[in-house]
Order: sequence, then structure tokens, then C-alpha cells
Amino acid sequence: MTQLLVGTKKGLFVLEGEPGAAFEVTSRHFAGEPVEFATRDARNGRTLACVTSAFYGPKVFYTDDLSAEWQQASGVELPEDAEKSLERLWTIVPAEDEGHLYAGGAPGVLFESHDSGETWELNKAFWEQPTRSEWSPGAGGMCMHSIATWPGDPSRVALAISAVGVWLTEDGGDTWRNGNENLYPRYMPEEAREDTLTLCVHNMHRAPKQPERLFMQFHGGVYRSDDSGESWTSIADGLPSDFGFPMVIDPDDPDSAYVIPLVADMDRTTPEGKVRVYETRDAGASWTPRGEGLPQDDAYLTILRQAFGADGSGPSMGLYFGATSGDVFGSGDAGKSWFTAATKLPPVHSVRAA
Amino acid sequence: MAVVRLRAPLSELAGGKRELELKGTTVREVLQDLERRHPDVRGWILDERGSIREHINVFVNTEHGREDTAVAAGDRLHVLPAISGG
Repeated sequence: MTQLLVGTKKGLFVLEGEPGAAFEVTSRHFAGEPVEFATRDARNGRTLACVTSAFYGPKVFYTDDLSAEWQQASGVELPEDAEKSLERLWTIVPAEDEGHLYAGGAPGVLFESHDSGETWELNKAFWEQPTRSEWSPGAGGMCMHSIATWPGDPSRVALAISAVGVWLTEDGGDTWRNGNENLYPRYMPEEAREDTLTLCVHNMHRAPKQPERLFMQFHGGVYRSDDSGESWTSIADGLPSDFGFPMVIDPDDPDSAYVIPLVADMDRTTPEGKVRVYETRDAGASWTPRGEGLPQDDAYLTILRQAFGADGSGPSMGLYFGATSGDVFGSGDAGKSWFTAATKLPPVHSVRAA
Repeated sequence: MAVVRLRAPLSELAGGKRELELKGTTVREVLQDLERRHPDVRGWILDERGSIREHINVFVNTEHGREDTAVAAGDRLHVLPAISGG
């Protein structure tokens, strides 16, 4: 039995089923509220959700039992003298130490919890970055959406923000520096590209078995880094488009990545009306389209950056993604074939297998 | 004391009370008194900077109020979600 946590514009939906057939909606939480992201911490079974009420602001909730009440986490806020209030939480990621979690949000902020998500504290070193006043948001806000920990080494973390590029720490978050070499922001004037911080990363993942390797979906570009995020090499050749939002990897295969290309920034839909996931197993040297079982006629879907999740590894890895159309698709064989897991949900913001 | 009227989910965070008598001479002070008495409300009406959240309306009697709007004893404050969203 696979359980999916599907964050939508109108609540969190929990789906259950076996790969290959439609999943059942087993519960709905935060009805009517935008749930940007939800995940399960595999270390203790706790479910955490980022809920951004249009009225009451962004909150993090947690529960150890989906049939029980959710608790609101504390400390998810900016300093009182901040120019802006906290806008949204985009991701929650387990860190290397027991009970340690990271959360990323807008405007370009990192929070940490050391009690499994009950209380949070702003990472001050990142908040006080001297260049912060020069940072620019992407269309979805200045969202910190990707937090890549380093297996076995809690001191090393890579962050990515739209549109403030990649940030690296090697001292557990006390100091931060950029890791943007060779990223090519073609949306900037030519003469401004070299030194700009306006680098619109859409997604970034580290290969756990080879942690100096990262993969990135950029705002026009797909990249790989083999030096821990210091510099980047384009691996977009072979894709129908280098634009898109989500990305997943097979955690046991450092040469693997999956993306879902969209036409372009001016047309954020699946190309040619066909829904296709593209897979590489050679670190981006080649890409294979994976569309068997996915809509291939008049299907103009938009898949958002957190709406693609994976489960397990290897040939039986589960892959699940949802679209703003409210459809959720799944694969139980690492993308070789696909099935429709759910339809008619509200616009899907995030999908994670629990 | 002013009288503050709340709807769900705010009333649930305030111990199930839909109407409370609270101290303060401005809207901000009254709402801060609400937060002191019912800490679970903190962050829901006022953001971390003490500003009323963008899509929350606070009426003082029949007039739309802001943070610094004066509040007199017996005034009625209505905290309502704005007509917005999608």
C-alpha cells in the first residue's frame, strides 16, 4: 500500500492505493486552505504540512496520527522589525541529526527545528546576508524550495531559491556563500548575466550515493554539478524543452534524474499536448521520454515545482506527480509505465509518497 | 473594555469564545490583549510586525479600522476575513 500526501489549493488530500490502479482519497485536511507542501518524516512517522491561509498567513502544522488533531508549530515567523512578514513555507526537509528539520520559505528564508518540527527558529546567518536587499523574487515569490542535505555530514547543506540562486554552507549554517558558476540566466540582459544574483532555480536535488553531485531544473536550463554545487554543467540536450519545475532522482543511482518539461516560461504547459516525464540514467548525457499510460492527446498540463515525488529506488521505484488540473499520475516501475491515481482534485501544489 | 467578536477558526483559537471583552485604546492594543489572553491566536490576525494581515478586515463598530484606529470603552470590534481569495 502506498500513501500519497497531496497538497492542493483547497486542502491536503491523503490518497492510498497500489501502483497500477486508481488511488482512494482516504482523508482530507485543512479543507479550503492552500496546502503548499506536506511530507512525512520517515524517522518518526510524523506528518508535517505547510498551510498558507489567504487570510491568516502561513503556518506549519504537524501530527503523529492523521486521524487525530493537528498541532500548530511555533516560531515560524520573521523578526518584528522585518520589512515584510513571512509569506509562505515551501518545503520541509529532514536533516542529518535526529529531530533536526529544515524549512524553506518566502521571502528567501530558512528555518530550523531541533524537536521534530514542534518549534522553529530562523537561521539568522542566512536572514542577515548582506546582499539580501538586492534579491529579487520569482513569479511565485522569493521561495526557498530546495534544501539538499549531505548524507552523513550535517555541516554541509545546499539551498536553492527562486530567484536568488544556490547557497552553500560547510559549517552547519553559520556562514553561507553562492554556488552559481556557469548558470546562464537568459532572461537577463546579456551584459548583466555574469554578476547577477537573479538566478531562478526551480528545483535542485543531491544524489545521496554521490553527494558532491547535484541536479538542477533552472528557469530555462537543466544542469548537473559534480563539485558540490560550486559550478554547473548544462545537461539539457535531448529534452524537448529546458523549462520546467519539478525534478526527482533515484536515490540509489547518482546518474539518475527525472524532469517534466513544459513548453517555455511564456507557455507553462506540457509540449504538444503530451504529458511526458524524461529520465536520464547517464547523468544527463541522454534523456528517455516516459509517457506510456500518460495523456498523449490535447493534454496541456502544468506541474508545479513540489508536485513530483518518489518512493523507493531502482526498477520498482514509485513516481507520482500532480497537475494544476487536479490530476495525479503514478508509476510503480520507475517511469516505464504510468497510471492515473486520481482526478478532479483541486489544483495540485505538492505530492510526496509517505 | 471593548467587545471583540470572532468567527471560526479564530473563535476556536480563543477557547471557543465568539465574543470577548478586551483592553486597549487602539485596534492594535486590543488585538494584542487578545493574543496575551489567548496565545494560540498569535500570528493569525496580526502578523509578526504587528500589522493586520492583508486579507483580514477589522471593523470598529461599523467603520473599517486600521492598527492605530482609536477604540473606546464599549466599542465593538468585528474581525472578519476579507472578501478575497480564489
